[in-house]
Amino acid sequence: MNTPVEITQIPQFSGANASTPYLADPAMKLHRKLCVSLEEAIKRSGLKDGMVISFHHGFREGDKVLNQVVATLANLGFKNLTLASSSLLNCHDPLIDHIKSGVITQIYTSGLRGKLGEAISNGLLKVPAQIHSHGGRVHLIQSGELKIDVAFLGVSCCDEFGNANGSHGKLSCGSLGYAKVDAEYARSVVLLTPEIVPFPNHPASISQDRVDLIVQMDDIGDPSLIGVGAARVTKNPRELLIARRAADVIEHSGYWKDGFSMQTGSGAASTAATRFLEERMSAQGITASFALGGITGAIADLHKKGLIKAIVDVQSFDNDAATSLRDSRAHLEISANEYANPTSKAAYVDRVDVVVLSALEVDINFNVNVITGSDGVIRGASGGHCDVAAAANLTVVVAPLVRGRIPTVVGHVSTIVTPGESVDVLVTDQGIAVNPRRLEVEKRLRDAGLPVMSIAELHDKAIDLTGEPEPLEFTERTVAIVRYRDGNVIDVVKQVKA
Amino acid sequence: MRIIKQAVAGTLESSDLLVKVEPNDSVLDIVVRSEVIKQFGKQIRRVVAETLARMDVDQGTVVIEDKGALDYAIRARVQAAVLRGSGSDELNWGQMS
Amino acid sequence: MKSRRSMLFVPGDNPAMLSTAFVYKPDSVMFDLEDAVSPREKDSARLLVFHALALPAYRDIERVVRINRLDSEYGLKDLEAAVRGGADVVRLPKTDSAGEIQELESHVARLEKECGRPVGETRLIAAIESASGVVNAVTIATASPRMIAIALAGFDYLVSMQTRRSGGSEPELFYARASVLHAARMAGIDAFDVAYGDVNDDEGFLREVEIAKQLGFNGKSLIHPRQVDLLHRAYAPTQKELEYAKRVIAAAGYAQRNGQGVVSLDGKMIDPPVIKEAELVLGRVYAS
Repeated sequence: MNTPVEITQIPQFSGANASTPYLADPAMKLHRKLCVSLEEAIKRSGLKDGMVISFHHGFREGDKVLNQVVATLANLGFKNLTLASSSLLNCHDPLIDHIKSGVITQIYTSGLRGKLGEAISNGLLKVPAQIHSHGGRVHLIQSGELKIDVAFLGVSCCDEFGNANGSHGKLSCGSLGYAKVDAEYARSVVLLTPEIVPFPNHPASISQDRVDLIVQMDDIGDPSLIGVGAARVTKNPRELLIARRAADVIEHSGYWKDGFSMQTGSGAASTAATRFLEERMSAQGITASFALGGITGAIADLHKKGLIKAIVDVQSFDNDAATSLRDSRAHLEISANEYANPTSKAAYVDRVDVVVLSALEVDINFNVNVITGSDGVIRGASGGHCDVAAAANLTVVVAPLVRGRIPTVVGHVSTIVTPGESVDVLVTDQGIAVNPRRLEVEKRLRDAGLPVMSIAELHDKAIDLTGEPEPLEFTERTVAIVRYRDGNVIDVVKQVKA
Repeated sequence: MRIIKQAVAGTLESSDLLVKVEPNDSVLDIVVRSEVIKQFGKQIRRVVAETLARMDVDQGTVVIEDKGALDYAIRARVQAAVLRGSGSDELNWGQMS
Repeated sequence: MKSRRSMLFVPGDNPAMLSTAFVYKPDSVMFDLEDAVSPREKDSARLLVFHALALPAYRDIERVVRINRLDSEYGLKDLEAAVRGGADVVRLPKTDSAGEIQELESHVARLEKECGRPVGETRLIAAIESASGVVNAVTIATASPRMIAIALAGFDYLVSMQTRRSGGSEPELFYARASVLHAARMAGIDAFDVAYGDVNDDEGFLREVEIAKQLGFNGKSLIHPRQVDLLHRAYAPTQKELEYAKRVIAAAGYAQRNGQGVVSLDGKMIDPPVIKEAELVLGRVYAS
């Protein structure tokens, strides 16, 4: 109930800029946000030891912001900071030293890779790392668990008021989907940009009314490194075989109709599946109403060809995708909240018909592990996996049955990221398995002559080739907690035994 | 068979293994290094030992650098290294399966 | 009827490929001990292939081993590995005369007896790679009841003919192709067309496949996994062809069950060659 305010409780007018003195001074009014250096921005942000800092991973492996900022914080003597980057990649290995020296003592992230992932698996952090999905991160922020004090966000260009985007300018990363959330919720928002442009800058993916401080930083990232690693385009015949088979599954799944919606994950076979869908779409006159993601050039290409009506982009995986965002009116930039937060008022993942995702391991109950390798070391990311798997009408997971000597299909995954109930079809190079919860889909695929078998059979095939792996050995110590998209704990990662 | 000289077989390519054999007057010493040592170290050692035993090799130093090879490739490369190290051309096929 | 559309070459000294080639489901896989393997590695590759032959993953695929020529220092040893290892077929490279097949056959029979395989179980393929081979194709193809196919190997043949591939309609291969095909048909065995070397040129590959198919080649030697699926699709019968073939087979089955000597369909008599063709069509149905 709203109690009427007593007039005696309201202060009297005392001048046009009494409450906002910085607006009275012309220079302050216009230029107050500009900082001459990162150090100045840090000082003005009010950052103190023990606080929470955040970053976005729009530049993926090409990111330069996080390392520069953390190095500066280390030089300034900051300690016990909680790092909340939307994800961490191989390029963030320098964090190891900052963790050792006590600058960073807690981590919230969607992914841990490279030497950093290995170090954390071996007990580098004193408290467990929190691993969340893209949608789950937003939920953690909104629920109050993750209270970001200062967000350091790299943007391609912005004006001196803070209207910023990632899609225009020399160093562009495309969509600022993750950064938008930090800009919304962080107590202090610092933008780092190589290009401060004339006012008003547009489009404003981040609006001026969310921004506190702006610093010129010449090297925020290398766009050419965005599309490497997970998001690369493959020529590998095995990955292509799997991708074609995934397209076969989609075609005969019952969800293949004009106006369907789709998403492909960042693995090579998932992105390659797009190409195989294209030939069928053209031949059969089927267009997609939208594609969601994680957007690749392949998707942008289908959009240009009129086969995908709209693109909904939370992250651009390569230059072509970034260009499409810039040029096409039907290529929409959305925040992680609009993308996948289960408690947002509406999430795009809930409108997806078909999604193609990758996996490190899948067990005979269809649980998926995308985070720990076969040796128990953290080397992947939760990403949007459990978000879209839970929400899509048909979730297709693609993976080679065996990687070298490592079986992909196992008795129990070493870490559950996406529960089996969210996974419908597993497509491998040696056969297809359908979750028993989807008998109608299985029937359609069998009727279409696809090589369908039970997941137990796939498991046997894998073990026949590789032999049964020894069970992994861990210590009692938890090094990471895997949070499901609603914040609940779905699994933990233990420290690997040396 | 007797290992009378140093020999190598295989490569360090993915899914392959490099096998080095050397004469050793007293014991049979098997050293296994592998990308998948945690998951398959025991199995690799077992296959190597079996293969050597079937060839009646009871002395020598055998060093394995494994890159995720399947059992059949381990057998083949160990056999090749031993044959090269034995200086003999004669293959007893009965010992090879 | 066993279809032999695709014979995928797999270098015998490459465990990564030996461990995965079955995934592409070629009709036949050819473990190569000859041109793909350097002299220093012949001994090691021989053992890799010997063991790879036993992999359950290859159970449903015809396993061919290309040995070195018998007049080389490697050939007989390769043959031991192939026959003892359980190869379905041995492929002899650079076959110039029927005598070479007969020599091969006698070694194979001896080895089968030595290792306890049924004599006659191991089949043979002759690869034609020279002018002599082309001219002797008929005698080569009929040299042994073990012969199941004759394959034209383009690169070495053209070198021996003092020319090279021209792309396009390739008159330089015409006579060789025709000769190999006629020999195959006379002997009642399969014919394989040349390998296509440019793995990145799908269009060129498919153009050549069309020519080969139209000429009557049962299949083609393939040097890269991605060629398998392309070939299978190109050889797939149309819906119409498939429907008709099914009806022919059904009619033949009906006639047999009812003790009728003559097969008829739609009021017309169906000759044995038509039934054979229908079986061929059914063998080429594309499976994912």
